[in-house]
Amino acid sequence: MTTVLNVIGATLMLCGSLLALTAAIAIVRFPDTLRRMHAATKPQVVGLIMVLAGAVLELRGNVDIWMLILVGIFTLFTAPVIAHSVGRVAYREQRDQDGLLMINELEPPELP
Amino acid sequence: MTVVSVISGIILVVAGVLTTFRLLDGPNSLDRLVALDTLIALAMCGLAVWAAYTGDTTIVPAIVALSLVGFIGSVSVARFRVSDKS
Repeated sequence: MTTVLNVIGATLMLCGSLLALTAAIAIVRFPDTLRRMHAATKPQVVGLIMVLAGAVLELRGNVDIWMLILVGIFTLFTAPVIAHSVGRVAYREQRDQDGLLMINELEPPELP
Repeated sequence: MTVVSVISGIILVVAGVLTTFRLLDGPNSLDRLVALDTLIALAMCGLAVWAAYTGDTTIVPAIVALSLVGFIGSVSVARFRVSDKS
């Protein structure tokens, strides 16, 4: 049982690290801010939660693992707020610069 | 277990170097903000891996502090920044 939990925890930590690496590669490779945000938020949050779950499985029996669970829940709460505020500013600035965004969804449609 | 921790640490360091390139090179301050947010999350991952590697939970409150400070910093910069063009 102990070996099984150790293997599961190690696998979770390794997969979380790989997801964080994919997020970093995408941040370097993608062309504009919105696409970088798309790449950065999701794998990074899932990777962080996987690493935290792996750490909880490795540190089981300790009294301080509730802090790791707290960090996971707090990340789930704060990541949409950060993505919303940053994405709103990025959308406003990027909308007029290049021709990548065709439809303006923040303003009402023009009536005929 | 030790081997997996070392491999995870190496992967996280490589990811941090790549993200630092975007943090220094990013043409827009929002790119730098996204890169800095990712870098803070990578630091939290690294501290969690270190805590699991040593079996010592002394630095776990540091992860909580990093998540709080990272959230407040990102939201403040996105709210109060001035555009680069002007």
